[in-house]
Amino acid sequence: MNNQIQKFCDSSMSTIEGWFGRAFGKELNPMYYLGALTVYLFYIVLVSGIYVFVLYESSIFGAWSSLEYMSNELRWSAGIMRSLHRYASDAAIITIFAHMFREFMRDRFRGVRWYSWFTGIPVLWMTALLGISGYWLVWDTMAQYIAIASSEMMDWLPIFTEPMARNFLTSEDMNDRFFTLIAFIHVIGIPIFLVFGVWIHLFRISRSTINPPRGLAIGTLLALVVLSIVYPAVSHEQANLDTIPASVNLDWFYLNIFPLADSWSMGAIWALVWGVSVFLMILPWFPIKKQPPVAVVFPEECNGCGQCEDDCPYSAIEMVKREDDSPYDEVAVVQADHCVSCGICAGSCPSSTPFRKMDPLVTGIDMPDDSIHALRNDTNTVLENLSEDTRMIVYGCAHAANLDQYNNSGTAVITLPCTGMLPASFIDYSLRRGNVDGVFITGCVDNNCHFRHGNNWLDERIDHERKPALRSRVDRNRVHIFRAETSDQKKLGGALDEFRSYLEGYKPDTVEKEETKEVENHD
Amino acid sequence: MIKATQIIGQSVFYGLFIAATGYLSASPAYQVIEPDMALVKISMAHTSKPAGKCITQTPEQLEKLPPNMRLPVVCPRERSPLYLEVELDGKMIYQESILPAGINHDSACYNYHKIKVPAGSYNLKTRMRDSILTEGFDYTAERNVELAASDILVIDFDSKHQEFIFE
Repeated sequence: MNNQIQKFCDSSMSTIEGWFGRAFGKELNPMYYLGALTVYLFYIVLVSGIYVFVLYESSIFGAWSSLEYMSNELRWSAGIMRSLHRYASDAAIITIFAHMFREFMRDRFRGVRWYSWFTGIPVLWMTALLGISGYWLVWDTMAQYIAIASSEMMDWLPIFTEPMARNFLTSEDMNDRFFTLIAFIHVIGIPIFLVFGVWIHLFRISRSTINPPRGLAIGTLLALVVLSIVYPAVSHEQANLDTIPASVNLDWFYLNIFPLADSWSMGAIWALVWGVSVFLMILPWFPIKKQPPVAVVFPEECNGCGQCEDDCPYSAIEMVKREDDSPYDEVAVVQADHCVSCGICAGSCPSSTPFRKMDPLVTGIDMPDDSIHALRNDTNTVLENLSEDTRMIVYGCAHAANLDQYNNSGTAVITLPCTGMLPASFIDYSLRRGNVDGVFITGCVDNNCHFRHGNNWLDERIDHERKPALRSRVDRNRVHIFRAETSDQKKLGGALDEFRSYLEGYKPDTVEKEETKEVENHD
Repeated sequence: MIKATQIIGQSVFYGLFIAATGYLSASPAYQVIEPDMALVKISMAHTSKPAGKCITQTPEQLEKLPPNMRLPVVCPRERSPLYLEVELDGKMIYQESILPAGINHDSACYNYHKIKVPAGSYNLKTRMRDSILTEGFDYTAERNVELAASDILVIDFDSKHQEFIFE
């Protein structure tokens, strides 16, 4: 993707997310939980579906009338459940497409991340099939219309010798077993494949978020319950194969392809279906993403602690038994085809401390193009260039608010591929070099890290909740974290000014300040 | 602490979310067929006659064959295409030659076709030929039909009783 277009897409998405952020806050921003919301909606579909299925009668005459009974006689129980079943299914299509749109706009679907995108397309089609088969079960005039239209579509394929649509010529052609078959497909067959598809979809993602935050889950459920009460889902007239329904109130989320069957040839419809599927599936390679070289392990510096394996958001690192004469049991190995070159592993390595006297600095696992050694050199260089009375260094990432504009004689800026790449010891190091009054950490906001968890990992290292943690000797008052998206650019500027003012008035322990100059470059 | 503006904002987003979900789940209505139209479905599954003459084997010919292959009459495997015509008030609305299914065209002939017609009374004529060895039509039928708006008329063929079915 062209850089300018990519930046525009990223910034537009950031703006849209900003609108949601204002209403929901960063903790509950639904745009950060679109995948998890989809899974949650499937939970609602599952629970409501089981409820409805208990009362559903799988026969020609019972199918429609049992649903009518639920909607009319059991309106406040089964009726609401039926509506929830429909609306949660429909809402899932909204969240799925929003999820795809967001990953596309954020450019989080190319390179190594092709896998989740690619495997998501069959999940989308399985969801569509699940919805369509569900509508067959109602056996009203809309079910009749889509059953015949889908059969006609299937008949174009060289699968069945006798046209499938002949099963729906007259009411006498139908029997109760038809509903048993469709119920099996809808309740057991497709859902099994769907669960398996979701598992494959998330296979390369460690710590995937499959549950939205409680507030968002409750809000979504309440909204759907309100919709179910105000506008309950109802059936059309009972199916009658002797007549054709003049019009149907189609569910456009799932049944949008069928009207085309009335005006296009079946070949054209299949060409559209397969064309769109193939287009979406190959999209991650148009154009191929240029990715920096993947992480490299330096076995002589790796102590086999497994922190990089634990922190990698893409399951790209595994610990294997050492074959050399090192005293450590295991060594990290990078699976190049899973690695997104985020550098989080380098930030998690306990050997990545700038206090080491080694030159060049070699750590256990590092990025060839953005090494920890280069980061230490950059930090030293930018700190030396600071000349204002109040000085600070800003560490941020390349996927959030732009930082270049803040680079001046009082503020040193270092932009990393991901802030998760920053070992917490660099904060200590920067402060102890003595030419800086404060360290400002920014980058992607919570739950919206371009590399999934990098921002959280650094925050946890600073808060001593994750190894390698920031040393407790660091004056925490001189470290400020303010995460900012592209849409938060103004707020970021304000936060930097505020932190500078704070530092101007802040009087750190003078004894400690004297000490820091002496321990410069001390391991 | 949640602010009033956030409550309003969330209400707006949830409102839009359920409005879009509710609306598109059943609207806009789709017109399947014009209100004054009816539908004629022509569909059949019929095994046509062999596409060639059957040969009666002489006792001498049978003697030369292994015992399990001594069939007195041998017919070609391939079957004739089915030729079908449907006329409505003297106007041809369907005319099709249907090939038997199977790689060797040795299975039954299947077809499924829909034609929209204005509601009303019609004189319907159907003709079918199921052998390439004969001239004219092997099966014919004529009927006056009354089609109300949205009615479906199915034209099928009962192979057992060798006659057209109108349902």
